[in-house]
Amino acid sequence: MNVDQVQEVVNREGADFFPIKLVEEIAQASERNNLTDEELNKLVITVKNMYEREEVEPGESVGTIAAQSVGEPGTQMTMRTFHYAGVVELNVTLGLPRLIEVVDARKKISTPTMDIYFDEEYRNDEEFIRKMGNKIGKITLNDVIKNFNVNYIDNVITAELDMDIINERRLDIDEIIELIQKTFKQVTINNNLLSFETTLSNDEEKVQQSIRELRFLADKIRDLQISGVKGIGKVVIRHEHGEWVIHTEGSNLGMVLKLEGIDIVRTTTNDIFEIEKVLGIEAARNAIIHELYTTMEEQGLSVDIRHIMLVADTMTSDGVVKSIGRHGISGEKSSVLARAAFEETGKHLLNASIRGESDKLTGIIENVIVGQPIPHGTGSVGVVMNNKK
Amino acid sequence: MPTVKVYINGKLIGTTDEPDAFVADVKAKRRSNELTHELNITYYAENNEIFIFTDSGRARRPLVIVEDGVSKLTDEIIDKVAAGEMKWFDLIDEGIIEYIDAEEEENAYIAMFEEDLTKEHTHLEIDPSTMLGICAGIIPYSNHNSSPRNTMESSMTKQALGLYVSNYNLRTDTRAHLLHQPQKPLVATKSIISTEYDKRPSGQNFVVAILSYQGCNMEDALVMNKAALERGLGRSSFFRSYEASERRYPGGQEDHFEYPENMVRGYRSEEVYKNLDEDGLINPEVQVTSGDVLIGKTSPPRFLEDVDEFGTVAERRRETSVTVRHGEHGIVDKVMLTETVEGNKLAKVKVRDHRQPEYGDKFASRHGQKGVLGLIVPQEDMPFNEQGMCPDLMINPHAIPSRMSIGQIIEMLAGKAGCMEGHRMDGTPFTGVSEDEIKELLKKNGFETHGREQLYNGITGERFNAEIFVGVAYYQKLHHMTSDKVYARSRGPVQVLTRQPTEGRAREGGLRFGEMERDCLIAHGAALSLKERLLDESDKYEALVCGECGRLAIKDKIRNRTYCAICGETETFPVEISYAFKLLLDELKSLCISPNLVLEDKT
Repeated sequence: MNVDQVQEVVNREGADFFPIKLVEEIAQASERNNLTDEELNKLVITVKNMYEREEVEPGESVGTIAAQSVGEPGTQMTMRTFHYAGVVELNVTLGLPRLIEVVDARKKISTPTMDIYFDEEYRNDEEFIRKMGNKIGKITLNDVIKNFNVNYIDNVITAELDMDIINERRLDIDEIIELIQKTFKQVTINNNLLSFETTLSNDEEKVQQSIRELRFLADKIRDLQISGVKGIGKVVIRHEHGEWVIHTEGSNLGMVLKLEGIDIVRTTTNDIFEIEKVLGIEAARNAIIHELYTTMEEQGLSVDIRHIMLVADTMTSDGVVKSIGRHGISGEKSSVLARAAFEETGKHLLNASIRGESDKLTGIIENVIVGQPIPHGTGSVGVVMNNKK
Repeated sequence: MPTVKVYINGKLIGTTDEPDAFVADVKAKRRSNELTHELNITYYAENNEIFIFTDSGRARRPLVIVEDGVSKLTDEIIDKVAAGEMKWFDLIDEGIIEYIDAEEEENAYIAMFEEDLTKEHTHLEIDPSTMLGICAGIIPYSNHNSSPRNTMESSMTKQALGLYVSNYNLRTDTRAHLLHQPQKPLVATKSIISTEYDKRPSGQNFVVAILSYQGCNMEDALVMNKAALERGLGRSSFFRSYEASERRYPGGQEDHFEYPENMVRGYRSEEVYKNLDEDGLINPEVQVTSGDVLIGKTSPPRFLEDVDEFGTVAERRRETSVTVRHGEHGIVDKVMLTETVEGNKLAKVKVRDHRQPEYGDKFASRHGQKGVLGLIVPQEDMPFNEQGMCPDLMINPHAIPSRMSIGQIIEMLAGKAGCMEGHRMDGTPFTGVSEDEIKELLKKNGFETHGREQLYNGITGERFNAEIFVGVAYYQKLHHMTSDKVYARSRGPVQVLTRQPTEGRAREGGLRFGEMERDCLIAHGAALSLKERLLDESDKYEALVCGECGRLAIKDKIRNRTYCAICGETETFPVEISYAFKLLLDELKSLCISPNLVLEDKT
């Protein structure tokens, strides 16, 4: 029985709202157990009943319940984060600080990292992965030179390229030299020996200045990035679950995805804004869900994923990632009183009075403040009199 | 050798090139009493620093000095001490024992027992249990407990009721608790003996059975024997002293202790004054409850009042009596009349309250096993053993395994053995009577060595299938008692500004319905419960709103009409809002923001 046939049965039973994945699962199950048409029908009806039972009733306070469901385990987390110090070589924010970071939708997260996976053909090619690691990770000229010498008398800086390191790191010597020549006009290259000259001046007054120039140049030479993707620092190459994976410190999803041999499906970053920029808002939503869920799970706390999905949905429903808090969701409430009750009371009241805003008292918080039954639950119904003539 | 910096109380005062000799010299001088024995010196070789401390606030403990692997506390000296020829401070003066602070301990190498001494040792423990402080020293067999329990007990023992001073009858502490029949702990420690805890004990020896009783001792609740309580177990008194003095005011006026006349401003009611004597003071042994006047006092008027129509100055004195605190009651224990330093009359009244254990009172053993009284069972319903003896207290078996307070189990065994032997047991950590010795004693007295006994159900008389662990443990009554805390309110005082109920039991306040509780009602959709709790039971207010401009209107009671003072509109509508919201509207107005309410028909 194939998926289309099952879909047909499903539609016939009035369950066309089933997600495709569910239909596929039913198809697999019927295949496995050799179900007859009748049995399949029965299965679909049972699944439909169970599906409908799992649905949230209209009018349920999903927001409050989600907040409570995430907030309560969060209180336990504060105490437990302490015991979780460093993770092997890379330092990643975990626990409550990370949770706050995601929910606050920080533009600059404290520890961006990427997990870079590779296409099937390169997955087990250690040589290739190491090469990619050097291409992605930041290497400055300082890392590949030896005998760095600043000569203040002759106004000359000399250095020698360390071929051992260059070979070990699988770098291309020609590329490096080309880059050096492009960046520093005053360089002369003799074999592996580099020498940089500043414009010699005999003027006594300019001697002081030239020394400063020389030092400045020395720093510039050492900091010249000869390899690496912008924004990415250290890389750690690890063999995980039968394949080579690169973990990075710093993140640049856009650039990394363009590289050769990258598995663009699995490669990911923990920077939600980058995901939004590169892959769009739906991916950002999934990233928020994933980040929140895994940080909670790492702490041994299990929160139903639907609560987290709701958080992610509210954060991304406008097409841009918004924070939970005064700069995001709470700050965009329509009610003056609700906003004033949350944070920055004075600001909201003042602005509302300048604009002459009116509060329709349609939300929960406004009505609690004013002292009316809230328009929710038992307060959402009223009695309407039928005006008989 | 590098130059070593020398600090005194954290201040750099000089350097030395021979740190070891310097430190040895200072220590020798301290031991020979040339320097104060309160001085401590530490040499940090890795930092090239020497710290000398002489200031207050350091934790120090005594240790026996060891030289060349020989303890200075010789048998000869011990004999002298035993004969009373030498006292503690003689030992310090003679340089046999010295106090070491936490800092100097870093340089010390301390042997636990005299047999362990080697040439390298600098000190010897007087007894291993001297590592513990006063509170931890009270715990018998604390070496068998898990450390959190010892920590908890160390802080709880400070809350135990007992004989806190022996002159309590002469004192006027503002608040004081007194345990009625304090007992010496049956299982004592060396610390208990040396701190003379026995003279001011703070607990009683309970016969404890570890079994569940109808589920009424779950979650650390305690089940107690009613007969035992009636015999005086866990009984205490609470004393509170009230005081007042006759102050003199500028202008020759002064307060008076007197029976206030009913024309006094702020006169309460005749009822509350009924126990006062003519001198304005209450009599001892009178039963009083909250609101009753203990010291009748009037004060001169705060401002001299104007001359009334007959040309005389109407002097209305103010009522400033001292009354029994809200929520408290008791019997007047003592009335004292004396004078202050300035020579003013001073009265002190001590009220005593009798506290028999009741549901919710807190008790704790000496092993961090605390619980509240959950059930009081008549003796005839208590489980009993073959001899017909029943326990005073039953604790739940679940209280033991996860907390690992094995010290309590051993204490109970030791207590049981001690009872039978007729003497106290030594439960000093590390060196006390061993488990095997206790077992031997129990065996000798015809008990099972594991401490378990065959008990019978007190209600049905049936034999329990399991044997029950019974022993004697020292329990403390802690000063968290129900009668200090029970509270409820239906109506009562409100704050002036917001008209919301006041806060706290002492102010007869409401119970706070907080933000998170509010969220719960929202989540349930219980809109009307929420409104009731937040409005009807709090600061409900009926505001008159102008139908024209939406601002608050005025009611003119004399002409019996309502109108809007701003636009002159006479059609107003009563609107039910919270007073806090009305206050918000008023405060906005004071900020030059004019909020107006737009009214609609109620749907």
